Amino acid sequence: MTNLIVELSKFAFIILIALYTLLSFTILKKKSQGEMNYGWKLQNLLMFFFHLLAYVVLYLQTEEIKILIFYLFQLFLLQAVIVLTGVIYPKINRLVLNNMCMLLVIGFIMLTRLSYDRAVRQFQMAAVSLVLAMVIPLLIRKCSFLQSLPWIYGGAGLLLLTVVAVFGDTSNGAKLFLKIGGFAFQPSEFVKLSFVFFVAARLSKSTAFKDVALTTVMAAFHVIVLVLSKDLGGALLFFIAYLVMLYVAAKNPLYFLSGLGAGSAAAWAGYHLFSHVRVRVMAWSDPFQYIDKEGYQITQSLFAIGTGGWFGMGLGQGTPNKIPVVVEDFMFSAIAEEFGGIFSVCLILICLSCFMMFVNIAMQIKNNFYKYAALGLGTLYGFQVFLTIGGAIKFIPSTGVTLPLVSSGGSSMVATIAMFAVIQGMYLLKEDEDLRIEKERKQRAKARAKKTGAGKKEKIR
Amino acid sequence: MITYLFTGLFVLLIGYFVYFDAVLSPEVINNPYNSRQDAFANRVVRGKLLASDGTVLAETVIDGDGTEVRSYPYGNAFAHVIGYSTRGRTGVESLANFHLLTSNAFFGERIAKEIREEKNIGDNVITTLEPRLQQAAYDALGSHRGAVVVLEAKTGKILTMVSKPDFDPNRVNEDWDALNKEDNSESALYNRALQGLYPPGSTFKIVTLLNYMRENPSYEDFHFNCRGSLTEGNYTISCYGKNVHGDEDLRKAFAKSCNTAFSSIGLSLEEGIFKSNCESLLFNAELPLELPYSKSAFTLKAGSTPAERMMTAIGQGETLTSPMHMAMIVSSIANEGILMEPYLLERVETYEGDVVKNYYPSVYGSLMSREEAEALTEYMKAVVTEGTGSKLGNLGFPVAGKTGTAEYSSNKDESHAWFVGFSDTGEDDIVVCVLVEKAGAGSEYAVPVARKVFEVWGDGNIRK
Repeated sequence: MTNLIVELSKFAFIILIALYTLLSFTILKKKSQGEMNYGWKLQNLLMFFFHLLAYVVLYLQTEEIKILIFYLFQLFLLQAVIVLTGVIYPKINRLVLNNMCMLLVIGFIMLTRLSYDRAVRQFQMAAVSLVLAMVIPLLIRKCSFLQSLPWIYGGAGLLLLTVVAVFGDTSNGAKLFLKIGGFAFQPSEFVKLSFVFFVAARLSKSTAFKDVALTTVMAAFHVIVLVLSKDLGGALLFFIAYLVMLYVAAKNPLYFLSGLGAGSAAAWAGYHLFSHVRVRVMAWSDPFQYIDKEGYQITQSLFAIGTGGWFGMGLGQGTPNKIPVVVEDFMFSAIAEEFGGIFSVCLILICLSCFMMFVNIAMQIKNNFYKYAALGLGTLYGFQVFLTIGGAIKFIPSTGVTLPLVSSGGSSMVATIAMFAVIQGMYLLKEDEDLRIEKERKQRAKARAKKTGAGKKEKIR
Repeated sequence: MITYLFTGLFVLLIGYFVYFDAVLSPEVINNPYNSRQDAFANRVVRGKLLASDGTVLAETVIDGDGTEVRSYPYGNAFAHVIGYSTRGRTGVESLANFHLLTSNAFFGERIAKEIREEKNIGDNVITTLEPRLQQAAYDALGSHRGAVVVLEAKTGKILTMVSKPDFDPNRVNEDWDALNKEDNSESALYNRALQGLYPPGSTFKIVTLLNYMRENPSYEDFHFNCRGSLTEGNYTISCYGKNVHGDEDLRKAFAKSCNTAFSSIGLSLEEGIFKSNCESLLFNAELPLELPYSKSAFTLKAGSTPAERMMTAIGQGETLTSPMHMAMIVSSIANEGILMEPYLLERVETYEGDVVKNYYPSVYGSLMSREEAEALTEYMKAVVTEGTGSKLGNLGFPVAGKTGTAEYSSNKDESHAWFVGFSDTGEDDIVVCVLVEKAGAGSEYAVPVARKVFEVWGDGNIRK
């Protein structure tokens, strides 16, 4: 019986996520607010049904009651987030909110299946972050001084990164973690935010050559320190985010091109200078030749994805734990193995939908600081998704970055939820802007109507 | 613009993912390192392995109590090439593992069985193997150790692959410890056709001859007076069996396998060119083979002593090769210089006989020009008509080949017998390579084995 449920649940998961994904791309085209609200509710319903079914399957296979209790905790948290956000911020961007919850759910399910303890820790971090994140949109809305502190962002970020580079703990070859009181955290995740704020604050003030040069030097320091800590994925993310922000702010393709040139030169130099870069590239170009060592991880990932096929092995039916560091760098492969290829494509599309929404919000904001910041955060998010999934499927060399909200990792969880909340704050700002403009327009119209109305009366008289 | 750029990246990502799942993944997950394949065995009954004529070479029999037993009806005769799947996987059992454990039966039937928690029936894999040739080669080798490879020159199909000593694939589990004993000199699990490395002996004169032709466009003017031995410095090479061949041209020297003439050729050759010519014939190189094999070695380099050059030219010295590699070189001679990649899998079918996948011949590349191949063919025919391969006469069709007697130790009386050659009818010709360990002269021990294979092939039933 369990076998049958597992077997059928495979197809149910695919149908649920496919419908969810379809809605992500179609709801915004709906005309009326009512239809849209109905769509958002439907998305939540699909998600909760998916969540429930997955935990039923996990429970049937393990027959551990703690799985069900854990499920109830998650259910409560997600419901609270959706309801409370709706009450406190009625105008919030529902797509971003729903997608965030959906990605969290996928992450919780897969982590529970891979390692219950990690899943519990993940849940705790998510709960704390979600509560804290409730105030972020308010802060963004009320604190306009945020945009005038560039050197605080830049200085603090660079300092943190330097401290990690010097005192940090090594994990998988890169210095990423800082241990404080038995609690390990990964500062580069938070520096992502401060870095984007720094660049946005600087570029929104001036794009004169001298200022751009100074900003670039500071940004380059960030990247160099990351390279020295051997966090190449992080360095690449910061670099691309800076390039995109600079291009949009300065509107000068020359910056973009010379940036790309410098980046390529740096990549070339990195390849020749660092053996771990060569190892990654080697493992990527022909993993099967080095299957015992350098290529082991990527070939295990490919075996997982390939064996899963289009429909997956079924939740709990694969062996994703064979992939080294699966819970961090190779979550996508684990998902592809058990949920299958169709599900995985939907997952990529949900991430894409998040990214497009971020950029969309950025483009509509009038205030340059917020515009650039939203764009920078969106780029960081989008490019990170690209790097981690591309690495898992051997499209590009593996860079050791995680899938935001899905992969295990407390710092990443806090920083990503904060990032989503910041974007929500900017969205609300944009709504305020729209409202103000709308109001002004109406007032002007009213005033005009009064004038002409008065004129008419006089004529009649 | 940024949106488009990133959306484009995502589209590429999804595109590659779909491409991977649809096109690349079957090959990837068939890798023997993929332990996930074992998971399939819980849901699918392993399919059958069949010969090209439909003969069952391996099948899974289910006992009354539901136990699955892998059965190999031909036992030892196909042991190495078909392999086993009980203790790890080897041979075709390893190559075709993914297909054997995948069911492409009717969709509804599969779903119904999954719901009833019954196993589905895996696909059958049809090999290129030709059972009558395999059996003939297996029998002809008798109690000797050695290997026989038969290829179809035009396609690269592997028709036969025999290795002795052998083992019973039905009893791999029971015999495992005995087969793997450290003091077991037999190495019965070892596939000598692919993994055995031997000095090629006089079969290497084919290579030396090709090299000589390339270095000397007027090679037909070659003349040599064989007095039975040649001494250079303090090293002497003699002809086999103390023969004295007298005045000879290149054709006769090759047909009679004159060591003296060929070592004098060896002295005249440019080592660098010799080496690069050998490497173009895939010495010191990867071979296009799917099963584990050993790389051939050719080590002669500039500054080597006259003795080394003389020995290398007649296939002694440091040169080592496998029966499969020699068969591949000769298959390119039989196929106008073009080497076809040897292959073992012909077709995948559902258990009901619907075709799932066909395999097609694939060209590896040109090892030599058509003219060179034709010239070598003429010389190799002379071996049969007037030289050491005369026991292959009167088959009813022409055969071209070369014998070899490879000394492998300082004891000159012990040697491996070689023969490599092909039928030259112009239609679906086969290449036969025979190696008999520690037997003696190639003309006496290897040629008769090849003759048995050619006879069975020539009886008309196998030749299309």
